[in-house]
Amino acid sequence: MLMTGAKILMECLLEQGVDTVFGYPGGTNLNVYDELYKYSDKIHNYLTSHEQGAAHAADGYARSTGKVGVCFATSGPGATNLTTGIATAHLDSSPVVFITCNVSGKLLGKDAFQEADVIGIMMPITKAQYLVRDVNTLADDVREAFALARSGRPGPVLIDILKDVTTQTAEYDYLPREQHYAHGTLGDLMMRATTSALRMPEPDRQDIEKLVAMIAESDKPMLICGGGVTRSRAHMEFREFARKLDAPTAITLMGGGSMPGDDPLSTGMIGMHGSQASNRACDGCDLLIAVGCRFSDRVALKPSTFARNAKIVHIDIDRAEINKNVRTDHHIIGNAKVVLAQLNAMIPQYDHSEWKRYVFSFPRETEYDASSSALTPKEILSTISDMMPEDTIVATDVGEHQMWSIQHFHFSYPGQLLTSGGFGTMGFGLGAAIGAKIGNPEKTVIHITGDGSFRMNCNELSTEAFYKAPVITFIFNNGCLVMVRQWQELMYNGRYSATILDRGPDFIKLAEAYGLKGSRVSSPDELKAAIEEALTEYKEGRGYIVECTVAQSELVRPMVNGGTHITEFLLN
Amino acid sequence: MLSNRNGISTVETRRTLSVLVDNKPGVLSQIARLFTRNGYNIESFTAGTTIDEDITRLTIEVTADDSHTELMVAQLSKMVPVHSVKLLEADHVIRRELVLFKVHAVTSEVRNEIIQVANIFRGSVIDVSRETLTLSIIGDEKKIDGVRDILEGFGIIELARTGMIALERGKYTINDESKVKGEFNYGKNVL
Repeated sequence: MLMTGAKILMECLLEQGVDTVFGYPGGTNLNVYDELYKYSDKIHNYLTSHEQGAAHAADGYARSTGKVGVCFATSGPGATNLTTGIATAHLDSSPVVFITCNVSGKLLGKDAFQEADVIGIMMPITKAQYLVRDVNTLADDVREAFALARSGRPGPVLIDILKDVTTQTAEYDYLPREQHYAHGTLGDLMMRATTSALRMPEPDRQDIEKLVAMIAESDKPMLICGGGVTRSRAHMEFREFARKLDAPTAITLMGGGSMPGDDPLSTGMIGMHGSQASNRACDGCDLLIAVGCRFSDRVALKPSTFARNAKIVHIDIDRAEINKNVRTDHHIIGNAKVVLAQLNAMIPQYDHSEWKRYVFSFPRETEYDASSSALTPKEILSTISDMMPEDTIVATDVGEHQMWSIQHFHFSYPGQLLTSGGFGTMGFGLGAAIGAKIGNPEKTVIHITGDGSFRMNCNELSTEAFYKAPVITFIFNNGCLVMVRQWQELMYNGRYSATILDRGPDFIKLAEAYGLKGSRVSSPDELKAAIEEALTEYKEGRGYIVECTVAQSELVRPMVNGGTHITEFLLN
Repeated sequence: MLSNRNGISTVETRRTLSVLVDNKPGVLSQIARLFTRNGYNIESFTAGTTIDEDITRLTIEVTADDSHTELMVAQLSKMVPVHSVKLLEADHVIRRELVLFKVHAVTSEVRNEIIQVANIFRGSVIDVSRETLTLSIIGDEKKIDGVRDILEGFGIIELARTGMIALERGKYTINDESKVKGEFNYGKNVL
């Protein structure tokens, strides 16, 4: 059927099962938004306050549902406002398709109004980019973009459509998603792959057998649960593997939820703010099996001495991660779900009680002292987890509140924790929480943030209020950028350069301005009362803000400095 | 320090990479960007179509150590428009470059002398004017440097080089299957 580019785009979104997009209109994507208006019964657009908020919302939607997120923006500033959100999705391998429109073909490259070389800007922060200059390739490009976003190691993909393409017409024929792989450029791409089993290639059998033999020789094995387990939803296979291996298991920031935090085998987070148990186990183990983790500099603080007594085995879908940060002794390339299922079928039940006794003689959680004047992070977080439903989705921003949340909450399923791990984007949390709420309307979504992070993108409170996508926001207000301040305290002789936030706004008044209630709390009883009120509001479809007063002197412990050996704790 | 604890050499040497990519707009800039990102200057970059018109073969030369070379090969290999990447070993590679030299040649004696130089190096004269001679020479950098050294005596007005192209010696090709290649394809497969 003959259709305009804008209509073809809508039909292609329907082919993918998309019913939710986040975005912002503008001059060049007017035709797309006009078509969206006509398709509003099938595809719902969530208008945010700022494109960055839309990008984070699409990302939070993708991370929490496991589906591909979709985000629209116009040319120039619309597209550049997405960049932080795209880079955030890129570093955490989150599948989001970003669809921007650019100026018309005859204006391209002439510094037209709101023109930017969007493809050039996004190249380093996307998995693939498509500049659509011909309406006849549009459907093919969209199909390929979605397939790439969710395939292999997932990631953000950009489609930049010229404005005139959105009005030009071309023949469009509906093609069910299962058949995309056999048609067009995507079909060619599939033909190129050398393995015959295209949909889910088998990992190398010999590589798996080699690991099985290595496991049999090991007395002190250890596992790392990385983001790859979360993305491939391989949590059940991973848990079974950990139990059969009977190995202490450390969790990276991105692995949160895939291994339950309160599992008897869990040692907690590893790395810079890792637990004593995790970091000491990493130093003492004789076999380290890392699944879907890229040994970032926040985990492998000093690559040359990381797991120095161990043979390191890396299981990952992305071959380019092997030997990138840490030299490994063996690797298996494959989807974590497939590799772990095969391993589980081949390994017997082990008993490593003695080794576990050693590892768990070290604390896996940090004890924080009680204070009379302010709430401690532990008090706040345990009160929250006691009062919230067990499957509550937790979105965080970036800073000390983020580390405290990971240390204290025990996430139990992948997609429960939404946090900007790789890119460390302050201001990620609120957008991500709104996206998660829209994708999971039946679940409670909370947003843990700091006063610094919250000020960055708090404009999205209006999105939350308007769409009745309630989020309960907990602000850890210590009047400073305490994560940076912590470094200044420890390494810059207490010269607190530009980290003290002795200024507004009054967060409760701010919430009121957006039509939401909030309260400021500084004792456990006040906190409980606030959460009760928040839950009441929540039932009515309204979000809530709880501003928790936290002492400036609270630091994240333990801490190991970047570039130093993993057991050289600066703070305990 | 010549090697780190894992025995990987940290000596920087000239590396020749052969890369097959989709012949599509934007691909070259995507490839070039990778080297910029890793902080490497591209010494030579050539592109041309192959037996298959839809595929371009790139020959890229950089000066890098083992671990960065490995990283660049890995990051190239995982890119969707990239079909194949091969690091060509110095001992098993044929490398050639074509260079055009425009040289001052005002008198017939000088012209004759330059033509003799061209003959010795199996080059050819491709343009003559009253004041200049233009030669084309094909070779690796040793030969090119040799020609250049001699022609500088006559006065080189300008020169243009194609950049290095290279192929592996013997029966081996960039399309040979290997375990590593299969591993990269795994990640590119659409699930």
